[in-house]
Amino acid sequence: MPKTVKLMQGNEACTAGALAAGLRFYAGYPITPSTEIAELCAEELPKMGGCFVQMEDEIGSIAAIIGASLTGKKAMTATSGPGFSLMQECLGYASLCEVPIVIVNVQRMGPSTGMPTSPAQADVMQARWGTHGDHSIIVLAPGNVRECFELTLRAFDLAEKYRVPVIVLTDEVIGHMREKVELPDPRDIRPFNRAAPRSPAGYKPYAADPDGGVPLMAPFGAGYRWHVTGLFHDETGAPSGKSDVADKLIRRLDAKIENNVDDICEFSGEGLEDCEIAVVAFGSSAMSALSAVRRARKEGVKAGLFRPKTIWPFPAKALREVALHAKTIVVPEMNLGQLALEVERIAGCSSKVVKLGKVNGELFRPEEVYAAIMGEADNGGTGQGSAKAGEGAK
Amino acid sequence: MSEFLSYFRQDRLPHIWCPGCGHGTVTGALVRAIDRLGLDKNKVCVVSGIGCSSRAVGYLDFDTLHTAHGRALAFATGIKMARPDLKVIVMTGDGDCTAIGGNHFIHAARRNIGITTIVMNNETYGMTSGQFSPMTPKGMLGTTAPYGNVERSFDLCELAKAAGATYVGRSTSYHVPLLIDLIEKALQNDGFSVVEAVTQCPTYLGRKNKLGDAVQLLNWIKDQAVNVKAAAVMPKEKLEGKFLIGELHNGPAPEYSAEYGELIARVQRSFENVKGGLWECASNSD
Repeated sequence: MPKTVKLMQGNEACTAGALAAGLRFYAGYPITPSTEIAELCAEELPKMGGCFVQMEDEIGSIAAIIGASLTGKKAMTATSGPGFSLMQECLGYASLCEVPIVIVNVQRMGPSTGMPTSPAQADVMQARWGTHGDHSIIVLAPGNVRECFELTLRAFDLAEKYRVPVIVLTDEVIGHMREKVELPDPRDIRPFNRAAPRSPAGYKPYAADPDGGVPLMAPFGAGYRWHVTGLFHDETGAPSGKSDVADKLIRRLDAKIENNVDDICEFSGEGLEDCEIAVVAFGSSAMSALSAVRRARKEGVKAGLFRPKTIWPFPAKALREVALHAKTIVVPEMNLGQLALEVERIAGCSSKVVKLGKVNGELFRPEEVYAAIMGEADNGGTGQGSAKAGEGAK
Repeated sequence: MSEFLSYFRQDRLPHIWCPGCGHGTVTGALVRAIDRLGLDKNKVCVVSGIGCSSRAVGYLDFDTLHTAHGRALAFATGIKMARPDLKVIVMTGDGDCTAIGGNHFIHAARRNIGITTIVMNNETYGMTSGQFSPMTPKGMLGTTAPYGNVERSFDLCELAKAAGATYVGRSTSYHVPLLIDLIEKALQNDGFSVVEAVTQCPTYLGRKNKLGDAVQLLNWIKDQAVNVKAAAVMPKEKLEGKFLIGELHNGPAPEYSAEYGELIARVQRSFENVKGGLWECASNSD
């Protein structure tokens, strides 16, 4: 089958990407602005022998997909801020027990019920640190509809490869926007499947190289008769309260991701080779940022866009290289400065980081980002360290 | 006993339960029921939540899943729907099942999903040292009910029946032959089954309420239990302060994962050319 071109919605593209990855189990609870994903899964999964369950809440949803994943199925749920908050305890469970799952969070305005139909990007930190305890996490952020397909597919590959929960962080605009999408030839897609043991004899479900190794995962119902527990456990899966076992486990889980940032991290950009003012933006904010950067270039300002597709872990090495020549980094995001904290951590010593936060439920207009770039260009990148969206455009 | 030891991960024993605890008796009843039915160990999956009762699964030689507090039935729902051929059993406690997990309980019952749920009801939160639970009888003492529990307690079996469970029974850690019979029948029911096992907690409930040691506590439980057949001919006033044991409900109905399987077959018949789907690759199904 050749490539196909379709007019697709972001949520639809997420679903298609999941199906392309081999999704066979979806459990979810209705919540705006993610619901189309559940509706499409309810329609599509039975056609291929898969299963859709509408659970009683989001806690049950994530619990059910963890259970399904343990039987060897590729499993996903989708939600938005309030539901994502309810999932946090079991997100940590999946992380500790190393159960591959994918969660799509179509962000909306919060906290609380907030403005359910308005976009936001304020779950950056919740995605990173929402569950309790030390843990590393992978969070992917599509910047357009095609990337909803690509990155949801990739989320499954990373989940399977590293045995981790992976979060796809979109927003109401990315989720509901329609764009022309060129879908790849299905024959060109080779989804990653978790490494499985060959025989139950001597199977140790959590035996792996302490330096970030990924244990082999047996499916339930295949004769391995293994134990999964949210208690800290040794390599046999037996609960343990020993300090050396705990230390080894938590460090290995962390190293699974931190040792592999080069494999995990992706970004794209424009004008990054020589930019003096860099804009770091993801998701729908990056669309406005790209337009602003191009306009600034036309005006002779050396602007560039750094767009992380992986926001956790953040592509730090690449941003550090940009910071070598970018005197100023502007971070437009639909929150009061969450990703900017990470940018400051990475590049704050060498570059001035300007937070451009927006929390009124509206998208950035390109001219707002443009005004921030030009304002920084005018004062040579030495002005005050924060700007308010909209000020420059008035 | 040795014949049943093969159902345990012997390298994980001894268990963590207190001397005199009733949970081991219930776990023993479960493996005896499984043994009677001759279930394939590789096709049994036992899921639990958090609490004393939920530690049982760590000792059992099946695929076992010790989950988050209250969520055992939700995890089990994922397993059963992904693998309807597996025999899925949930071991839970009164706090785990009826407080934090209450919503999952009523919805699992409503769906009539093929899960056998064994609720070890010791009428207290043992793991956290004796707070009152939704199953603690009114007036009893707990560490968070120092002046007596003023809350009414659930009748779990009535709740299960009302919510749609198709097999419901209650026994105690004293009435072990009955308990094994009920679990055996529950495992044979295709839909959602609930067996409540009233068990003794001498360490917390017993001590706090000055009910004596484990044997005295077992007698206290025995004296409150009335077989449902005997109760049918007893005057109402004699049932005051008692609870019923025996098979309390047996009303088979279509099971959820089987019904969903039929839905899949129906959809696949009407979409013979699956290529009309959202993603064409999906036709290369497993």
